[in-house]
Amino acid sequence: MSTLILVEHEGGEIRPATLSVVTAAAAIGGDVHLLVAGSDAAGVADKAAAITGVSKVMLADSPAYANELAENLSALVVKHAEGYSHILFAATAAGKNVMPRVAALLDVSGISDIIEVKSEDTFVRPIYAGNALATVKSSDSVKVMGVRTTAFDAAAAEGGSASVETVEAGEANDKVSFVGQELSQSDRPELTSADIVVSGGRGMQSGENFAMLDDIAGKLNAAVGASRAAVDAGFVPNEYQVGQTGKVVAPDLYLAVGISGAIQHLAGMKDSKVIVAINKDEEAPIFQVADYGLVADLFDALPELSAALDS
Amino acid sequence: MKIIVGVKRVLDYNVKARVKADKSGIELANVKMSMNPFDEIAVEEALRIKEAGNADEVIAVSIGPSQSQETIRTALAMGADRGILIETDEQLQPLAIAKLFKHLVEKEEPGLVVLGKQAIDDDSNQTGQMLSAMTGMSQATFASKVEFDGDHLKVTREVDAGLESIKVSLPSIITADLRLNEPRYAKLPNIMKAKKKPLEVIPVADTGVDVSSGLSVVEVNEPPKREAGIIVNSVAELVEKLRNEAKVI
Repeated sequence: MSTLILVEHEGGEIRPATLSVVTAAAAIGGDVHLLVAGSDAAGVADKAAAITGVSKVMLADSPAYANELAENLSALVVKHAEGYSHILFAATAAGKNVMPRVAALLDVSGISDIIEVKSEDTFVRPIYAGNALATVKSSDSVKVMGVRTTAFDAAAAEGGSASVETVEAGEANDKVSFVGQELSQSDRPELTSADIVVSGGRGMQSGENFAMLDDIAGKLNAAVGASRAAVDAGFVPNEYQVGQTGKVVAPDLYLAVGISGAIQHLAGMKDSKVIVAINKDEEAPIFQVADYGLVADLFDALPELSAALDS
Repeated sequence: MKIIVGVKRVLDYNVKARVKADKSGIELANVKMSMNPFDEIAVEEALRIKEAGNADEVIAVSIGPSQSQETIRTALAMGADRGILIETDEQLQPLAIAKLFKHLVEKEEPGLVVLGKQAIDDDSNQTGQMLSAMTGMSQATFASKVEFDGDHLKVTREVDAGLESIKVSLPSIITADLRLNEPRYAKLPNIMKAKKKPLEVIPVADTGVDVSSGLSVVEVNEPPKREAGIIVNSVAELVEKLRNEAKVI
């Protein structure tokens, strides 16, 4: 039994999501091999080789892999899939783009968003925005899966000493090309891996008012998130969205401000260790999942909170 | 150019899913069912592309039980030209759904397939990607903007760090994200007209497509409940609790 993991990386660094996937692979058992696809990615392969629990790293270096195009990555994974019992991806936007293609090319079912490994062929995944957990069993010869990274601790990035082998890269698909990107610039920790997340909802009333959350996030070294309502209202960009169709987070502390707590939002944050809700509506569903609730007008509470954090 | 758009009948967005007592799945008897919200966005985008003169026909396709005809009628009332239901009472996995769409793609030869990025029941987020891999049509998932440029599309995609744009050649498969558009409501006269639009029903067995799956559901459970917390009376008390009780700040 052996597992192949497609490594996610950017700017020469391995994304934390991949470290969680390594932990999921360890729970399955058997050898864990990583595939690094990138342009000038030898440095990434060396870092991948240092991850605890990894026994082999394959490096496919080609400009075709510079921008995570799904066509190119899926073809590469399939090219090197022979012999593996499991092929894992992080359930990130990039991973979700590739995983089902690999499953389809191998003619097996894909298994999205696993949160628990019951055995080598049985896994648990949330359905219906996390309102139910399905235990699924696969009889496919190879299990192709996405791993919900918040459900698995990160493997140690150091301590391993895997071998690195250069493997043949595939052709670049000529039907698709990368044009550009607009990434949000922030000094804050990344939303899905931050220890503390401060999120705002429709109650924030405007994008300008998110400055109050930024201020508090700065004092707590937290990431800033938002509900779908706040994103749809244009207060903040889409990458802030926490929920069923946005990002899933599970920080030590989740502070929900002016968020009513629709089930679609709860799906993205209810596995946080401690949840705090500030809302002026005491009937808001968010209070049913909050460890600490404060019924207050956020425009009074946030300045007070900011001041209290200084003391 | 034809556009195929996928419409799935799912538990309504506003209805809370309840696990059946025998743990076999979710209770779907006597609850409101609707079109998957992402598919509404997909239908809207297909219609806008047609209205802009970039397509001639929009075909709404559903795969599911007989009642999925209602979902197709909703798409027809929004403005789709005709419907196809591949009828099955089985809960098919995305792999089988993608194979059935491929079957229709080979028959209809659309220039574009527009699907929702995921269905809000099984939250798989797989069908579009699988269909692209199976057909060789280009893939543009999580789309928040679609622009025509000759025989290419420029698609803006929602990714974890923001937005990225890619250029894909036609034929292509697009999966719709939330902010691609605001779907229209069907107007009453159009709902009446939709009843007369053609809707072909094809039993799944007649497609000759292998819909077997290596994946089975063992059981479905309620998620663990969070214990109810406490209401604090002031910001000062909140900060004190977070520092000394929860020890998270």
